[in-house]
Amino acid sequence: MTRYIVWAVSWLFILLVLVTPPAMVLTEALKDGLAASVATLSDPDAQAAIWLTLKVTCVAVTLNTIFGILAAWVLVKFRFPGRQFLQVLVELPLSISPVVSGLVWLLLFGAQGWFGPLLEQWNIHIAFAVPGIILATLFVTLPYVVRTVMPVMEVQGRDAEEAAVLAGAGFWQILWHVTLPGVRGALLSGVLLTTARALGEFGAVSVVSGHIPGETETMPLHIENLYNGYQSVAAFTMAALLALMAMSAVLLRSAPDWIARLQEKKA
Amino acid sequence: MRLSPFAFFKAGGSALPGYRLSLTLTLAWTGFFIILPLSTLLVYPWQSGPAAMLGALHDTRMLAALWTSFSCAGIAAACNIPCGFLLAWALARGNLPGHRLADALIDLPLALPTAVSGITLATLYGPHGWLGALLSLLGISVSYNKAGIVLALMFVGLPFVVRAVEPVLRNLPHELEEAAHLLGARPWQIFVRIIAAPLLPALVTGFGLAFARGIGEYGSVIFIAGNQPFKSEIAPLLIVVRLQEFDYPGATAIALVLLCISLLSLALIGGMRRRFAVWSEPA
Repeated sequence: MTRYIVWAVSWLFILLVLVTPPAMVLTEALKDGLAASVATLSDPDAQAAIWLTLKVTCVAVTLNTIFGILAAWVLVKFRFPGRQFLQVLVELPLSISPVVSGLVWLLLFGAQGWFGPLLEQWNIHIAFAVPGIILATLFVTLPYVVRTVMPVMEVQGRDAEEAAVLAGAGFWQILWHVTLPGVRGALLSGVLLTTARALGEFGAVSVVSGHIPGETETMPLHIENLYNGYQSVAAFTMAALLALMAMSAVLLRSAPDWIARLQEKKA
Repeated sequence: MRLSPFAFFKAGGSALPGYRLSLTLTLAWTGFFIILPLSTLLVYPWQSGPAAMLGALHDTRMLAALWTSFSCAGIAAACNIPCGFLLAWALARGNLPGHRLADALIDLPLALPTAVSGITLATLYGPHGWLGALLSLLGISVSYNKAGIVLALMFVGLPFVVRAVEPVLRNLPHELEEAAHLLGARPWQIFVRIIAAPLLPALVTGFGLAFARGIGEYGSVIFIAGNQPFKSEIAPLLIVVRLQEFDYPGATAIALVLLCISLLSLALIGGMRRRFAVWSEPA
């Protein structure tokens, strides 16, 4: 009896709290029909926002993946003074408010910032421009790859790598042929989490962007702009597209499991 | 092998190659992306003199905003404890029908971009939204006040509690409950002594993570909050407002306080976790 009550309450809760929001996004987006919502995406500012988001995400994911692998490698395979402090530093962006993550870049590169006036002389613009958006995104997505890869590397140990050293392999060879194949799943998961966060980052980017439609507006910022301008269909269409992109990145993390299960069935 | 501080760049306590290269790159990257930006927070507020900084800290609007963020995050995290516990129980122990789907849905608030959850919750719980209309029948209004902030923070914080509790619940040996039952324990005794006690560290972690996230949350809150100064204005939003007024020292002062609160709460949780872990260790 208690069991049935727990089931009923759990599903009711899940439906009311977790299922209604995405359902709402879809119904609001399709309120005037599919054609009308697709049409809103062909707006030049909307297209610019989509492209900017994709560009920023590509840069952030690439750079933070390379950094994440190297940082995980040095943190797991070696012991040195200050190692734990470095680990805390790397995970710090996770506990910092998105708005603060944007603010720090203004304090560095804004007109009133430390290096802003200097860069202004050379005509380099970082704050309220695309470089600032990239820096803020890099900051908030920095920990994900390190965090997902580290525990798996820890389990891996160092035996295989030490054998490779004895066999005469160099650093890149060991990393590419010995270490990375063993952490493939975790690496994929970390890359996809980075992607999802980079796509959807709002607070940090909002602070440094300057909100120039068509130039420094990413998809989340464009959604805010449309929503505040009472363009509900356009806002929710963009929201649906963004949510679809971010959620498929998160869901794709279990893709290796699906493939393994399919292969099992075949065998 | 013992490491002297001078061996910092040499040994690394391992025979593997690439130590110097990977350490240098890691230090350079964290230096530019973590240490340099965060040092601005520590230095910038003092640049215009300590008096200005202390003045900024006495701003009543800032204190109100900090209190709103703090209290709403606390209430939301506290409300998420029973809800998260129920869902974790249903997933780990209750053989919930459709548990795979339910499991995927739990992570939804983490996967949904905050701006999307923001406008969606504002519409959903707004006066004409599906759930807002339902609640207004009961005479409850959640949009444009603190209740809306709590609701949004509950939504984004829920996965933290479920994911902290669920694995511990799954690994809790069933035999203990049966043994307690055979020894004549009442159901509530079993719940409090056998189930809740070992779960305390996990519950504290879940609460802490949800709280820390809630304090800094911006995107999912600002659309539903109404953002009235002194009433429903959260601290991260006030930072944005101060920046729009070009009051950089004021914005930085709030950011510094916010950062200290979230770091302090995370440190506190780490400490409490260790304490409870000792306390609830099976004898």
